[in-house]
Amino acid sequence: MHPAFSVVFLTTLIGAGQGLFLALFTVESYAAFGLLPAQSSDFYALGSVIAVILLVLGLFASFFHLGRPERAWRSATQWRTSWLSREVIVLPAFMGMTFLYGVAHWTGFNPVIATLPSGAPINLTAVLGVIGTVLAFALYVCTGMIYACLRFLREWHTPLTVINYTLLGSASGFSLAAALAVTEAPGVMPFLTGWALIITVLGLISRSASLIRNARLKPKSSLQTAIGIKHPKIVQKTMGMMGGAFNTREFFHGQTRTMLRSIKWLFLLTTFVIPLGLLSVGLSAGTGSPGGLLALAFVVQYFGLLAERWFFFAQANHPQNLYYQSVA
Amino acid sequence: MTQLALVIDLNVCVGCHACVTNCKEWNTSGEAGPMVDQNPYGKDPTGTFFNRVQTFEVGEFPNTETVHFPKSCLHCEDPPCVPVCPTGASYKRKEDGIVLVDYEKCIGCKYCSWACPYGARELDEQQKVMKKCTLCVDRIYDTTMTEEERRPACVRACPTSARLFGDIHDPHSSVSRAIRYAHGYQLMPEWGTNPANHYLPRRKTKLRIREDELERADNPLKIDSQLPKPGKAEPSLDDVTSW
Repeated sequence: MHPAFSVVFLTTLIGAGQGLFLALFTVESYAAFGLLPAQSSDFYALGSVIAVILLVLGLFASFFHLGRPERAWRSATQWRTSWLSREVIVLPAFMGMTFLYGVAHWTGFNPVIATLPSGAPINLTAVLGVIGTVLAFALYVCTGMIYACLRFLREWHTPLTVINYTLLGSASGFSLAAALAVTEAPGVMPFLTGWALIITVLGLISRSASLIRNARLKPKSSLQTAIGIKHPKIVQKTMGMMGGAFNTREFFHGQTRTMLRSIKWLFLLTTFVIPLGLLSVGLSAGTGSPGGLLALAFVVQYFGLLAERWFFFAQANHPQNLYYQSVA
Repeated sequence: MTQLALVIDLNVCVGCHACVTNCKEWNTSGEAGPMVDQNPYGKDPTGTFFNRVQTFEVGEFPNTETVHFPKSCLHCEDPPCVPVCPTGASYKRKEDGIVLVDYEKCIGCKYCSWACPYGARELDEQQKVMKKCTLCVDRIYDTTMTEEERRPACVRACPTSARLFGDIHDPHSSVSRAIRYAHGYQLMPEWGTNPANHYLPRRKTKLRIREDELERADNPLKIDSQLPKPGKAEPSLDDVTSW
């Protein structure tokens, strides 16, 4: 497939935004049960603002993918059958919930809504946070399923796609939250860095699993099934046009195999190896660590995710390509 | 339930591209149009087509065969492109099984083209909506045309009658019969899309000569006489002579 930068930016930006929100609410939940020191609401408010900015940027990028962006509102109608439609509904809902969560923290409007049997209060932000968390995971599932549901794009048609979207988005979000915590909430910096490390390692495992799986895939379709002639040797002589068509532009990445392989190692290095190193250094340095180190970890990881997403699209080999192999 | 479809005879197609040309001509001025080209006279001319004729070489030189292969939307009975559409612009008509795009609703997200294993959909670079074969839906129901004209433009154009059009759910239709008797098949059956369009395979050419074609049955001037052919029960030369 031809990687569209609009979609590369959309999926990486909203993934990081969702991860950041999950990190914020994880801290708040732990703090509510006294497992972590309570943090100032400024930390949550600032974090929510950044998360909303990431989500808005992602949504903005997605419009560049559309031929007719002015009709985008129509895309919320087919949620019964289309994962894309479901994403279109869940994304603004999650965005709104993150916004409300941030506003509640920023204004300090945080009344106790209920009390647990243990006596622990349930605040407004806890309710918003739980709904937001559900929506964040729903959004990961929707984004992943858009690709995983296409059964003949076999590189994508695996549960690993959804797992990767969830883990990689969360990893970048937790890295960002850790970088943010250096100045805003030093007390939870080691906690967030630790989780960023764990999720990045899990992401490395699941992404490696999908790379190994995809390397072993045998194509189901062949020229024989494509044109229905059962002869072992079939060569395309012309594809019916010489100047190219939508089919030759949309479904081929147009890069060499060497380039593809380089991007693969580049993203393995920048999404996983370097951030893992930087996060480990940041964690061992404790609260006194320079904030720039963790910020760098996030920046490198985000760059790596751009490469990872590019590779994700480029690697998928569409069966329609069988019909477009020869210009003459 | 009706399922209109094309049946394309690969044994007959000569790869003349008449169907491509007539399809473009009709549809660019019809309901689906305009189907605009980019750089039509420039270096890399490109544009939207509903139908392409491709050519494949089967076998190894010198024992090769050239196969011309027309490809358009197959109007799958279980179309994977329809459920993925987020706007409902892509739909399959219940009454005749034609898969269509509502150009007023399409947002040009290209998701349906990713979901089609056949590459049958093409984005119109000018209108920025997804386009595909309509089976000339604006022709086949047009009662101002004669019965003969109410067929898809590609079918009308084909000089060798390699393209048949009809209802494949009607067992007595010409297309159903062709599929039955000439072993019509579907493309990429492994994906379970159940394409409505069928292809008839290449066949060995057989001479079918009846006896009356060799012997002039009417024989008006009595020039040709009947060949003296003994009956099967009569003694043969071996029976009556010893060599």
